Amino acid sequence: MRPVTPPHQALAPTPWRSRSLNLSGLAGAFAILAVLCLLSVSIGTRTTSLSEIVAGLSGSNETIAEAAVSLRVPRTLLAVLAGAALGVAGCVMQGVTRNPLADPGILGVNTGAALAVVIGIAWFGMSDPQDFLWSGIVGAGLTAVFVYTIGSLGRDGATPLKLALAGTATAITFSSLVVAIILPRADIAGGIQSWQIGGVGGATLSRTLSILPVLGAGFAISLLSARKLNLLALGEDMATGLGERVAVARLTAAAGAILLCGAATAVCGPIAFVGLVVPHVCRLLAGVDYRWLLPFSALGGAGLLVAADILGRIVARPAEIDVGIVTALIGAPFFIWIVRARRVRAL
Amino acid sequence: MLLALLLSAAVVTLTLGRSYVPITDVLRILLGGEVPGATFTVEVLRLPRTVLSILAGLSFGLGGVAFQIMLRNPLASPDIIGISSGASAAAVFAIVGLSLTGPVVSILAVLAGLAVAMLIYGLAVRNGEAGTRLILVGIGVSAMLQSLISYVLLNAPAWNRQEAIRWLSGSVNGARLDEALPLLTTFIVFGLLLLSRSRELETLRLGDDMAAALGTPVSRSRIVIIISAVSIIAVATAVTGPIAFVAFLAGPIAAHIVGANGSLLLPSSLVGAVLVLVADFAGQFLLPARYPVGVVTGVLGAPYLIYLIIRVNRTGRAL
Repeated sequence: MRPVTPPHQALAPTPWRSRSLNLSGLAGAFAILAVLCLLSVSIGTRTTSLSEIVAGLSGSNETIAEAAVSLRVPRTLLAVLAGAALGVAGCVMQGVTRNPLADPGILGVNTGAALAVVIGIAWFGMSDPQDFLWSGIVGAGLTAVFVYTIGSLGRDGATPLKLALAGTATAITFSSLVVAIILPRADIAGGIQSWQIGGVGGATLSRTLSILPVLGAGFAISLLSARKLNLLALGEDMATGLGERVAVARLTAAAGAILLCGAATAVCGPIAFVGLVVPHVCRLLAGVDYRWLLPFSALGGAGLLVAADILGRIVARPAEIDVGIVTALIGAPFFIWIVRARRVRAL
Repeated sequence: MLLALLLSAAVVTLTLGRSYVPITDVLRILLGGEVPGATFTVEVLRLPRTVLSILAGLSFGLGGVAFQIMLRNPLASPDIIGISSGASAAAVFAIVGLSLTGPVVSILAVLAGLAVAMLIYGLAVRNGEAGTRLILVGIGVSAMLQSLISYVLLNAPAWNRQEAIRWLSGSVNGARLDEALPLLTTFIVFGLLLLSRSRELETLRLGDDMAAALGTPVSRSRIVIIISAVSIIAVATAVTGPIAFVAFLAGPIAAHIVGANGSLLLPSSLVGAVLVLVADFAGQFLLPARYPVGVVTGVLGAPYLIYLIIRVNRTGRAL
């Protein structure tokens, strides 16, 4: 067999975007994330000083400030994890569908997870977060397959518009079903409704830690698919020609993304637009190589969600705006910008 | 035929329910007579509900199909491209945030609907062509407005919330006859205006150049159509909430029934009314729990949207 140029060399980073530059970019992103986390722990209805943070982190909650810190830590941790998960899931989905508008929210996957969780709560009396987790993942997976199937029927496959429409239609149906399920049940309506908007406010350490194994698996699968995503980006024919089994590659990568966004949704509720915005911004910073893009998206998603959470706490002080609302308000204009910029057919 | 269908649906909703009232009694009550035991049911419970359903359905059906024809795309109905969300957001804010009621809410909803329509149009149009970009921009705008609605609702007092979800999914629960008045007025003014423009609308369907060649003042009639359609939709939304998918479904269903010839405006308006009446009846009496009409139309309508996407994909026509 004739040696082929490995695709990652075909996609070799341009000289000015060297490995060391990317590494320092990652380090910078990490530093920004660390600062954001610190801010997230210190800012809120009550602002705390550094010494109080240190005391709170070391387990003391004697003063109000220290107690506030011990509440904010799991919340920040959850925002970091969920943001990273959504950023990576969006990045993988954009790679798998080669669709710049792909996002777990727009494709209706988050709503699918939400519907599954609501069904579990209402009909099967679920109350254990671990059960939320699994039903969320199952719902996300089924919805992803469903939406992708509908969106890709027909001659020219899954165009951005068809996928977005299929996702919107599915999301509307599922939210109608969610309303249909919870309306007769006044007992559970309030709790579900605030969960449905998407927030990290009620985070507890044990719930946050309970999704770690699933998230870990999702991150691992996604990062291992980076090379396959690079191949897919060359087009289906090219990828097949280079010896990649396209269907298998798509399925594994998508499985990783589904684990990530299903788990994130199960704990935080559906949070839209993080998965859309982050990969696009990261592409500007890190180029198109998924081996760099995925870690960047993880850090970027975490940073965005933590920042959105802080913003939601500052803007309406002393009340809070749920992070899902903040990300939608930031993300929707971005979505419109992509649509207007005619980059819809690219990727 | 559609008129007959609408009439019989209205008769069914007036006579049937928790208790049966014979049609002769219903007629006597409507003409001002007294029938012991039935007057209250029909006059206070059922009649306002039926009237409101019909008016809202007429408005949604007419406004929806006007958009679909003008933009030459069945997906460009106000509930998909975010105009209904704009009206809802304004109405929710007025009702929950400012504790307003009555015509002020309707006026705010109309203004917001118009603003959103202009925003979407302005963002999507390039060189006079909007096409698919309009729909995608609309989806984005609509997502943003939905999150605003959620925010307002979450900050509403808890006792208000259940009611607000009900309203948000579109409902004619607790209808009163005086609510129907603004709806009726708007529908008479703007609905007739729209119907009188049906010939111009038909020429717009052929494309702007063709319409201009046929003597239609394109931009002026477009403005008239947008203002009228948004007004009736927004007022109906302010009264009943955004009843999902009626605006979107009425046009295509009417096209199936009457065929491609002739104007679709009146037929789809009637189809809208039948849809709301039937869905509300089903939501009240045919399902295990009582559901607001919007949940029924939402669950019914989305499969049709999916079907439309599949069918368009099959035929290979670019959407």
